[in-house]
Amino acid sequence: MDMSQYLEIFIEESKEHLQALNQSLLHLEKNPEDGSVLNEIFRVAHTLKGMSGTMGYTRMAKLTHDMENVLHSLRSGEIKVSTKLIDVLFKCLDALEKYIEQIVNTSNEGTDEYTDIIKTLNALIAGKGDELEPKQEKKADAVVDVSLPAGSEDKLLNINQYEQNVINKAIDMGMNPFQINIVLNKGCLLKAARSFIIFQMLERHSEIIKSEPKVEDIEDEKFDLEFTVVVISKESMEFFDKELNSIAEVDKVNITELGSKKIAGQTLDAEATEIQEKADVEDETDSGEKEESKDNKTAAVKAKTGKTVRVDIDRLDVLMNLVSELIISKTKLDGIEDIDRSQRFNDEIDTLERITTSLHDAVMKVRMVPVETVFNRFPRMIRDISREIGKEINLTMSGEETELDRTVIDEIGDPLIHLLRNSADHGIESMEMRKQIGKSAAGNVSLKAYQDGNNVIIEVSDDGQGININKVKKKAIEKGHISKELAAGLTQKDIIDFLFKPSFSTADKITGLSGRGVGLDVVKTKIEALGGAVEVETEFGKGSKFIIRLPLTLAIIQALLVLIGNEKFAIPLSSIKEIINISPNDIKQVQKQEVILLRNMVVPVVRLDRVLEVPKEEKSQKQYTIVIVKKGEKLSGFLVGSLIGQQEIVIKSLGKLLSGIRSIAGATILGDGNVALILDVNSLA
Amino acid sequence: MDDITGADIKQFVVFRLGKEEYGLDIQRVTTIEKIMTITRVPKTPECIKGVINLRGEIIPVMDIRIKFNLPVAEETDDTRIIIVKTEDIAVGVIVDSVAEVLNLTEDSIEGITNFSSVMDVDYIYGVGKSDGRIVTLLYVDKLIKISD
Repeated sequence: MDMSQYLEIFIEESKEHLQALNQSLLHLEKNPEDGSVLNEIFRVAHTLKGMSGTMGYTRMAKLTHDMENVLHSLRSGEIKVSTKLIDVLFKCLDALEKYIEQIVNTSNEGTDEYTDIIKTLNALIAGKGDELEPKQEKKADAVVDVSLPAGSEDKLLNINQYEQNVINKAIDMGMNPFQINIVLNKGCLLKAARSFIIFQMLERHSEIIKSEPKVEDIEDEKFDLEFTVVVISKESMEFFDKELNSIAEVDKVNITELGSKKIAGQTLDAEATEIQEKADVEDETDSGEKEESKDNKTAAVKAKTGKTVRVDIDRLDVLMNLVSELIISKTKLDGIEDIDRSQRFNDEIDTLERITTSLHDAVMKVRMVPVETVFNRFPRMIRDISREIGKEINLTMSGEETELDRTVIDEIGDPLIHLLRNSADHGIESMEMRKQIGKSAAGNVSLKAYQDGNNVIIEVSDDGQGININKVKKKAIEKGHISKELAAGLTQKDIIDFLFKPSFSTADKITGLSGRGVGLDVVKTKIEALGGAVEVETEFGKGSKFIIRLPLTLAIIQALLVLIGNEKFAIPLSSIKEIINISPNDIKQVQKQEVILLRNMVVPVVRLDRVLEVPKEEKSQKQYTIVIVKKGEKLSGFLVGSLIGQQEIVIKSLGKLLSGIRSIAGATILGDGNVALILDVNSLA
Repeated sequence: MDDITGADIKQFVVFRLGKEEYGLDIQRVTTIEKIMTITRVPKTPECIKGVINLRGEIIPVMDIRIKFNLPVAEETDDTRIIIVKTEDIAVGVIVDSVAEVLNLTEDSIEGITNFSSVMDVDYIYGVGKSDGRIVTLLYVDKLIKISD
């Protein structure tokens, strides 16, 4: 069977499942007694096994199978949650991730069998026994556990009074009550479907009065290979035996007639019944609770997924492109001047404007993804780091539901990893150190996202040692970034800026913000490439906070169109602070740099026509137009020819061939069909 | 020869630069456009004339006269932009005029190993001969590569 069409879905879902497993495992590590998480883990692992088996990835299925065995023992209380166990399970997840990676790249799971992991898994199960065996037995005494893997076909289900009543009546009516135990073939892939077939057959010929595990659980595949039902039917035992055995993938059928038990059940001495009843009650409350938590869980899961459709991001891009074209076309229409524009025409243009705006918003929303998709891998990462470096670190996250455009989401993962690593590795002091200075032994790292107007802010903060400004300053002087005299006059912000310089990242341990080659410059470059900005707040000894400001979307922006020479350029409105007119005499020279005074602030001037190599047209102007732009905190004045006006523009890439041109962020198509380039304020200022 | 496809007969779009004729594998040619407004892009190699708006797509345009060290030519009514594509990029190539589509059989194409040249010829694939005409056949991929 050709599975390739399912491959993408398989990969997507596997990734989701692995993510879910990661989260659940983390939760389990903190709450080892939480049975519902364990069930959840078991369920997901099981689904993974089924999926990989169906796709023919046998090695993956084998690994998940062994993992499932451990989980099973864990669930039945045979082994206990331990750090070692969690570690191994995490290793399993990593291995599975590698499988998936292989599959993504080669659509083949590769040949790595991870035998060491499998060995450890099996050792965990094997090592369970000794000390815990007796307990296990006691348990089996109290409640007959039908799902026990071995020898269970001999045991009878607990029949409560009501059910017994039904059985009695059935016998009175000349029907036969049976208990049927069915064991499925080990290789059975779609157990739920198979059992559905069995149930259908049973329902055709009988009435099912009890099932263990519960029918819903069986439908959800929450059972091992066997299940037991109590039915009443007119048919004979042989009939069922024959029918059931004719169903494929059924390994074993064990039918017991319950008729004779009727009297036995009633004549049991009072004590026994009592015990049994008690057990029943316990069983019921227990399962009731379970049921409830399960309901909650499914409700939660449902709420999260809702009614969704998986759409290829490329298709969304096409849609987005078309919407962009529509906006351009609308702008063109609006710009037509040489026709008689009646009132009605204008009205229609307005309507069109509204519709295109809504359409644009709607498409943009479709492309929005909660930052959770990036955040959810961090708890695991912090856990690993903290174990690796022997610090205890609590990661708190908030605002995971904050949404960002898909294009932005894909890019912010790495910068955030850098920052979190920095915080955990270098920001947070060692445990002894923290105790000494009276901080809690466990360090706190927090990741926070929220929306602020047209921006999304992501903050990475820690309560570690903060940045030692003086040390940074010293290093900057040492490295020759700045002279001693000038350094004295620098503000804290200026000094912190040095940390974002490329050569600074490889410096020796100055502030603890280095050492690994994790360059803050990389973070900065990346964020700025996304049209965002990074700021740092720090207090020595108290901790630091990195604030990332990101635009909601990268696709459509408001821009100011300017004329430089005879060429039109667009400057993103978000980075424009103000526009001023000055006379040529207002431009002064400071150290060969042209500057102007803006309300007593010295602002450097950039002559765009020179920087952008615009063909010269010598024309002495009496007045200069300066567009004041902001780059983070700093201001810069762009000297332009003249202003054209504000317009909503669709950002288009210059394509692969021309990528990497600094000072140009992209291009857009103007109403007249011509192309205007969008200036990259960050690299020009 | 992944650049040239087809079994025995290969088709080439023939264009002119000055008096010389050149051929591009037809499989790599998307469209041929009349000359349109080109927006200059600063800080690009000299041979990149700028970008055009091709029905909503931004496409860089290359003047191969500069690449071939030929003198700059005036734009005429015949000037065309041939849009060629490689695996992941589309580029427009400005030519003096487009002549026709030429069918060449395998044996009428001569590899360039047979003639020595002072030019850097890594974008020349071979020479096609047809009825006494000589057409220089170009590799699309290598032609539009900009060295930096």
